[in-house]
Amino acid sequence: MNENRVAIIGIGMTKFGELWDYSYRDLITEAGIKAITDAGIEGEDIQELYVGSMSPGLFAGQEHIGALVADYSGLSGIPATRVEAACASGGLALRQAFLSIKSGRNDIVVAGGVEKMTDVPTGAAMMALMGAGDEQWEAFQGITFPALYALMARRHMKEYGTTLEQISEVSVKNHYNAQFNEYAQFRFEVSLEEVMDSPPVAEPLRLLHCSPITDGSAVVILASEKKARELKDEPIWISASALATDSLALHDRKSLSRMDSVILAAKKAYKQAGIEIKDIDFLEVHDCFSIAEILAIEGLGFCKLGEGGILTEEGQTKIDGDIPVNPSGGLKGKGHPVGTTGISQVVEATLQLRGEAGKRQVKDAEIGLIQNVGGSGATCVIHILSRG
Amino acid sequence: MVKGLASYWRLIPQRYNLIGTRCKNCGEKFFPPRKLCPKCRRAGEIEKFKFSGNGEIYSYTIIHTAPEGFEFQRPYVMAIIKLDEGPWVTSQIVDCKPEDVEIGKKVRMVFRKIIAGGKEGTIRYGYKFKLVD
Amino acid sequence: MPVGIVGYGAYIPRYRIKVEEIASVWGNDGERIKRGLLVKEKSVHAIDEDTATISVECARNAVDHSGINPEEIGAIYVGSESHPYIVKPTATIVAAAIEATPELTAADYEFACKAGTAAIQTVMGLVESKRIRYGMAIGADTSQGKPGDALEYTASAGGAAFIIGDEDLIAEIHDTYSYTTDTPDFWRREGQEFPSHGSRFTGAPAYFKHVVSAAKGIMERNDMKPEDFKYVVFHQPNGKYPLNAAKTLGFRKEQLKTGLLTPWIGNTYSGATLLGLCAILDEANSGDKILVSSYGSGAGSDAFIIEVTEENEKRRNKKPVSDYIKKKEYINYSIYSKFKGKIKGVGLER
Repeated sequence: MNENRVAIIGIGMTKFGELWDYSYRDLITEAGIKAITDAGIEGEDIQELYVGSMSPGLFAGQEHIGALVADYSGLSGIPATRVEAACASGGLALRQAFLSIKSGRNDIVVAGGVEKMTDVPTGAAMMALMGAGDEQWEAFQGITFPALYALMARRHMKEYGTTLEQISEVSVKNHYNAQFNEYAQFRFEVSLEEVMDSPPVAEPLRLLHCSPITDGSAVVILASEKKARELKDEPIWISASALATDSLALHDRKSLSRMDSVILAAKKAYKQAGIEIKDIDFLEVHDCFSIAEILAIEGLGFCKLGEGGILTEEGQTKIDGDIPVNPSGGLKGKGHPVGTTGISQVVEATLQLRGEAGKRQVKDAEIGLIQNVGGSGATCVIHILSRG
Repeated sequence: MVKGLASYWRLIPQRYNLIGTRCKNCGEKFFPPRKLCPKCRRAGEIEKFKFSGNGEIYSYTIIHTAPEGFEFQRPYVMAIIKLDEGPWVTSQIVDCKPEDVEIGKKVRMVFRKIIAGGKEGTIRYGYKFKLVD
Repeated sequence: MPVGIVGYGAYIPRYRIKVEEIASVWGNDGERIKRGLLVKEKSVHAIDEDTATISVECARNAVDHSGINPEEIGAIYVGSESHPYIVKPTATIVAAAIEATPELTAADYEFACKAGTAAIQTVMGLVESKRIRYGMAIGADTSQGKPGDALEYTASAGGAAFIIGDEDLIAEIHDTYSYTTDTPDFWRREGQEFPSHGSRFTGAPAYFKHVVSAAKGIMERNDMKPEDFKYVVFHQPNGKYPLNAAKTLGFRKEQLKTGLLTPWIGNTYSGATLLGLCAILDEANSGDKILVSSYGSGAGSDAFIIEVTEENEKRRNKKPVSDYIKKKEYINYSIYSKFKGKIKGVGLER
């Protein structure tokens, strides 16, 4: 691996929520301006941009996003690429920007994520989201995303004895954490009873196990080591970028109780970064549904397969626990504008590593891992960030 | 709504009769069908294979929040069914109370309406499964 | 070579609604209606079932029962008054679902409740003329009952399929005789949701005239009397009419009993006579003779003289009508309305 290290020099994101007054273009512009300002660079310094966005076509009839973002950022002319891997579009954009610099081709590249989901009614949004699954053999049959994760949850419960209480603790924790996140969509606590009693969506999953429909954008500026040292005293480094895929449809997987794409990507990431699991201080994982966080921490190797529920129940994943997971509030508390999520994870990880996470700060955060998943696990993108 | 007319028609043998494929090289069976064996890739030899429609429930969920068009079936059971011949398939389980469904119960295929394209569009039929008693 | 039945298949949906449940909505006396019609409950199709899905299920059962290769079926006709499309045949959906395509002819029939027996006559002709090896005739319906109308108590859902040929017969069809006139007793105009009927006019000049004339006609032509038959089955819009027709013709209740299903499943319209025939074949033995007289409003009756062969005892149907009658789940009027699309804005569509 060549020693051309890649750094994060600027971050910015909008609030997450039902942002009726913001259009798709408004979102990316606001996040972009914040990021550039944070980086201390000028627009002209940007050489390339990558944008992750899942379904602007279905949500707003808008494609050709690369050109759109360059245009509305006042950067028309530069190479601009939109990437898509369903809910892992953001992570994918980060990876493409990372590779663009690692290859030695560029010094300053932007990675952004943007999604505007509330311009269509909820039913239509749910249908658009099913594009993350198999349109012919899953969506056609009348299944939803909560249902796909519910199928996984039920197998996990059957094979390992995981309880609904344990799954619900994920949501309780993430809501608690989100209180301290000024960008979060939901800034209120929920009790275990409230989660378990919330209306059923796709049994055994209930409303408070499911991340919401959200508008939002996040942008990060990446730089080569040379440029980063010129601009920042303490850049944050990306020490690993790994991507793995698995079958598109859930019914084509080898198991419903683990995510092989996560396991595969994690192995690659640890090798690239040259670290072990115990070196990691916190995680931002893809809890689109509470069961997904349990599958994530198991797949990443923080406990044996089947013990993710126990780890959560014991409080080990709280901000002051052994391995803090989703100090930002995760997708459940913060919101999940699908294509944006992967980049918002970078924003949170960077704040944590800079020591700027306020009341949700993880103590002595030196190394963080962010995990972004597409669909029911067909794509997994993992990045490892570190100080120094 | 005429969207997807040809793509639905192309899949009629699959949707009506579970016509899948089989790799002559490694013996692996596929439903939904694959024209390229993931194991053997170009070394594989693909032929048609018809599944019996018998299987058992591998996992299931009861859907309360439904996508557009399916709201009036709530609550309905969606399952991943392990067909007797090996592959898993995603489908609805019908003609039973949701509480009667359990992992491991045997099912067999039936022919039902999946969805129609509005009041003027075509009716899309396909496979669903019911519990075998 | 004799022509006859090679195999048959029935299908009755799972749901039932009781007469008194319907009566309670309209302020009628449920017990009185049950006694008057001799009907207890009727079958209701699920929201994702229609005449095509019912036709496919009974066609598949018939193919399984007959043991033939469906590619040898040279014709499929589906008779119904509730085809899912006004233009686009149900028969081709069935043909694709049983893998009989592409070398066959197909069409849909309509003649109120006798469309299925008309289909049987057609495929008999095609087989006897040696134009096809096997033909399939289906009668199936998901009949719509007008809310509050007398027919709402009986309009139900179900169907049966028959494979006709001239080899390996479980029953021979010795003769068929039809009695047809232009009699407007029950009809539905294009664009109308529910049928209309002539009330008392649907009795003597319609149902009875045709059912009895066809039965008399076929017996006379074949020099037979009611005592010669083990079983008789008539079209059965309720439990009473067939009893009266039997009395008029000189048949006993015992001959009628097996084929009279309406008291438990209501009137499955194009499926009614055929389902009654299936129930009889489920138990009939070699040498038993069956008289069939269907009825379709508009109006006409198709009569058949059928004699069961030894083959029927060797090849009993694995999915008898009694199984379908037994497997049931009761629903109330609200769910019934939801399933049958009687509620505005409710449908299986996007």
